[in-house]
Amino acid sequence: MKTTRLALGLGLGLVAGFAAVSPVGAQESINFVHNTYRTGAFSGSGIPVADGVRDYFTMLNNRDGGIGGVRINFEECETQYDTRRSVECWEQAKAKNSVVYVPWSTGAALATIPRAHIDKMPIFSMAYGLSAAAVGSTFPWVFNPPLTYWDGASVWIQYIAQREGGLANLRGKTIGLILLDAPFGREPIPVLEALAREHGFTLKTYPIPPAEMQNQSSTWLAIRRDRTDWVLVQGWGAMNPTAVREAGRTGFPRDKVIGIWWAGGDDDARPAGPDARGYLALSWHQVGTNFPVIQDIIRHVVDRGQSNTAREKIGENLYNRGVYQGILIAEAIRNAQRLTGKRVVTGEDVRRGFEVLNISAARWTELGAPDFAAPVALTCADHNGHHAAFVIQWDGTKWNRASDWIRPDRARIRPMLEEAARAYATSNAGWPARSETCDQPS
Amino acid sequence: MTDATLTTRKPFLGESQRNGLIAGGVLALFIAALVVATQTGTITRNDWTYKIFVDPFVSMVDMPDLLVQTVWEGFVAGVLYSLIALGFVLIFKASGVFNFAQGIMVVFAALSLVGFYEFLTLTLGMPAGFVAAIVAMAGAIGIMFVLAVAVERIVLRPLVNQPDIIMLMATVGLTYFLIGFGEYIFGGSPKVMITSQLGLPTGSTMLDFAGGRVNIQHLDLAAAIIAAVMIAVLGFFFQYTRIGRALRAVADSHKAALSVGISLNQIWVIVWFTAGIVALLTGIMWGARSDVSFALEIIALKALPVLIVGGFTSIPGAIVGGLIIGVGEKIGEFYWGPLLGGGIESWLAYIIALMFLMFRPQGLFGDKIIERI
Repeated sequence: MKTTRLALGLGLGLVAGFAAVSPVGAQESINFVHNTYRTGAFSGSGIPVADGVRDYFTMLNNRDGGIGGVRINFEECETQYDTRRSVECWEQAKAKNSVVYVPWSTGAALATIPRAHIDKMPIFSMAYGLSAAAVGSTFPWVFNPPLTYWDGASVWIQYIAQREGGLANLRGKTIGLILLDAPFGREPIPVLEALAREHGFTLKTYPIPPAEMQNQSSTWLAIRRDRTDWVLVQGWGAMNPTAVREAGRTGFPRDKVIGIWWAGGDDDARPAGPDARGYLALSWHQVGTNFPVIQDIIRHVVDRGQSNTAREKIGENLYNRGVYQGILIAEAIRNAQRLTGKRVVTGEDVRRGFEVLNISAARWTELGAPDFAAPVALTCADHNGHHAAFVIQWDGTKWNRASDWIRPDRARIRPMLEEAARAYATSNAGWPARSETCDQPS
Repeated sequence: MTDATLTTRKPFLGESQRNGLIAGGVLALFIAALVVATQTGTITRNDWTYKIFVDPFVSMVDMPDLLVQTVWEGFVAGVLYSLIALGFVLIFKASGVFNFAQGIMVVFAALSLVGFYEFLTLTLGMPAGFVAAIVAMAGAIGIMFVLAVAVERIVLRPLVNQPDIIMLMATVGLTYFLIGFGEYIFGGSPKVMITSQLGLPTGSTMLDFAGGRVNIQHLDLAAAIIAAVMIAVLGFFFQYTRIGRALRAVADSHKAALSVGISLNQIWVIVWFTAGIVALLTGIMWGARSDVSFALEIIALKALPVLIVGGFTSIPGAIVGGLIIGVGEKIGEFYWGPLLGGGIESWLAYIIALMFLMFRPQGLFGDKIIERI
């Protein structure tokens, strides 16, 4: 009798145990596999953005229980900024039903774009990747807001024109582009060449092979030889701090060196010390911790010891860029839930969510980020928005805003992008015509 | 005069001298032809022959300050390449192993130094400055010693008498271990080298030269002096000390060295430790020029062409090879790079090395290996 009771007790205990565990196991969640590079030659840039995204989604889980009551199962896939590994991460994301793929590399974006419509997983390459992917009618599965490298090139030249006293004064000037010798580095060249022809300035390109990122002395000698008036930096990883240092070493005026938004990390400028003072970069969002969303991250993530970032680095430029990306993706997931009525959405649903993305100034405030960034809106035809950017300047310890918003020359860029999208579809035999329905016809 | 004396008479010029003379003559003729063609308008500025063979030299004459600056930058890069190559040579001489891990040892040593400094100043509250930097330096040297002992005990000792390829693969494994271990301990974020804290000079001196200016960075000057001192010390150490002689004996033959009572294990520890110190100095110099990150490891691959040019077994060869590669690639990138769209220095070093391989496979100072069948 005792033995029977014991067996019954054990059995009930096991059932109760399973019952206690099973709700957790069966808890609804949305999977998000996110590419990162916390190791390798580009980790200096990769770590802060990865931390920003991760902390934002951890905060949503801790504060709100996820999005729409569904927890976000956030996972990282380490790529070391290597395209082959990034493609492996695509397979991993697909296997885990990730609702979006974030390549964090232009090479990886180019490699995975042909897979997106087949595997039904949208690609979100925020202000990088294939510029022509802005054309939603050709690339319904790719989103690259808030502006493309081609827009960045337009903003660069407009800013230089402002400093030089007008576009007419660019004639006869020499503008150099230091670029990482990779697909990312070469992206802005077509627009810069077109603008050089139109405004009469000379464009000099200085490619830097990845193996020579920290060995740029001959590049800066060439800049001196060519009597370059302005230097643009399309750099990433260890290339950026080296470029800033070399500018200081060679005495090139730092306030005439402008990085793309990916060359505007605090750790890009800080190592050069006083030599970096005056260095410029493009950006489209604010730095600092003076936003409710960042305060929430500190309260719900950092103070609980769940962040990988040291507290004093919270709010730095690339960290906040990661947060910005997190906000856009979270909003797309919310849109998808609203459009479909489902709590647990899929990649197909989130693609629709991106196409109706519309974060107004009021919505930024609701999201805890008043004046953090300009309104951003996408349509089925325009997956980028070609939004405005501004210039920031390093004062020796931190970035400060150094210009008003500068709108890219959309009228010039958009037709070029559409032509490039057509060329892409033509050169990739069998590229499908858009069949996806549009929830918000533009 | 008999026939016998005729046949034994030495020719006026040796074969190599004759070949050199012919090559020089052909070159002189080619230059003369180019000058004539340019003067008569047969070659214009838009012709590729002008761009390749004339324009770079015209630029050198027109802007001598830039030529001097380019050579100086090449010299400094060459000194740093030499330091990396020196680490390879030391280990290759002692054990016949091409130490694939030398590049990551540079990163690991530099990260240890900066990591120690941060630990001393931030965690232990030691005042930041020269004293903390020197203590951190001692700590980093200690880490390189522990690494040398560990490598000898765990990696090399079990592999004694194994084929060289096994030893090479072991150093490849060591590389990946040190990358992972380094990232685990120090994280992947780049670190700023403690340049001024170590007392290294910063700033630059601008020299007026031929109507232009030549910018000499004090740090580069210090790098050149430190490298020269280090090479002199190493040269003395290996030439005149008991351990140095033992090392050379080991380099010639492991078995012979063992037979006369030289401890192979001890020599290996000493050599790996010395290579570790060289790696630390290299890491400080490279790190001060940009920052200390795992990207530095890639630069270590530049040691390969340096070793091909200088020879794998010669300390002077590493120095001269480094300078040839450094100056050659900077001159090539600066004057001929634009013709090929720029960014050629990453492969130009290997082209220079290949050219040396064609004419002198053992390198400038390497031992000529003659194996008779």
